[in-house]
Amino acid sequence: MSEVIVVTSGKGGVGKTTTTANVGTGLAAMGKSVVLIDTDIGLRNLDVVMGLENRIVYNLVDVIEGKCRVKQALIKDKRHQSLYLMPSAQTRDKSAVTPPQMIKMIQQLKEQFDYIILDCPAGIEQGFQNAIAGADHALVVTTPEVSAIRDADRIIGLLEANEFKKIDLIINRLRYDMVKRGEMMTASDVVDILSIPLIGVVPDDENVVIATNQGEPLVGNSTMAGRAYQNICERVLGKEIPFIDFERTISFWTRVTGIFHKN
Amino acid sequence: MGLGNFLRRKSSKEIAKDRLKILLISDRVNCSPEMMEMIKTDIAKVISKYMKIDAQSMEIQITKTSTKGLGKTPALYANIPILDLNKL
Repeated sequence: MSEVIVVTSGKGGVGKTTTTANVGTGLAAMGKSVVLIDTDIGLRNLDVVMGLENRIVYNLVDVIEGKCRVKQALIKDKRHQSLYLMPSAQTRDKSAVTPPQMIKMIQQLKEQFDYIILDCPAGIEQGFQNAIAGADHALVVTTPEVSAIRDADRIIGLLEANEFKKIDLIINRLRYDMVKRGEMMTASDVVDILSIPLIGVVPDDENVVIATNQGEPLVGNSTMAGRAYQNICERVLGKEIPFIDFERTISFWTRVTGIFHKN
Repeated sequence: MGLGNFLRRKSSKEIAKDRLKILLISDRVNCSPEMMEMIKTDIAKVISKYMKIDAQSMEIQITKTSTKGLGKTPALYANIPILDLNKL
């Protein structure tokens, strides 16, 4: 049975594409067959985050319009055999695709993949409707900021209205130093307000920018964000993983690396 | 930051949380502040028949919390300070 996951947030720039790339790569690394679909028509970015921008021939709109077969538009990932990307069109707009067409295409992909992960565009208009149409599990990404949380709440309302049974929350870019000073909401504050299950907390980590510069997802490596994304993947697979206490980890590592730097 | 803020010692996190709680209530219910005010005065009128209440400082709000056995349903909470229970 394949699972169709939509990564959404309402607000732009909170980390939907980074989350899609890392969760998809992480699941593929664990042996699942995964396809990532960029549904942000006109503003595609998942290809650059994955480092696959030079390999695009056909795109999502070509498939929908019947200009090519589904298989022809799929780009195989550099690192993982079982990971594919369906890029979005850059020169079209959201109205090029309708929700029934998306459902039809996803039905075809279900035969081949364990996980179909859709990167949703920002906003609540047609692009959002297209992205959620064929999905049965939603990952709502937010940051601990008033604007992002407000938009996430609106998105959760819309997902509930569309009868989503499984909606999970990812809190991105949490800054533990600010939380400690009382200048940023904690993960539990955010969960309190949005009242949906938490599936991951990703700390604000400069390694995410570095990884994006290089076009290499960082899931599974030893960086704080890499470990956080790894845990999210495990939880998507249904495993019970405790949440990492990064504050303690940081001080531990600064102590360890501090010893090395002295030598 | 002024001296007043410093003395009150309310962290920006608390401010954000409080603002969001109020904001999301009106976002969620699609209910205008005028209508909430009308509901409030009506509730005050009814309760006043039976006991003496402080209508000025009463608060009502709609929240979306999980109630036992009901799942996640919106609920109307009213906080009405009673001045005198034995009015009658």
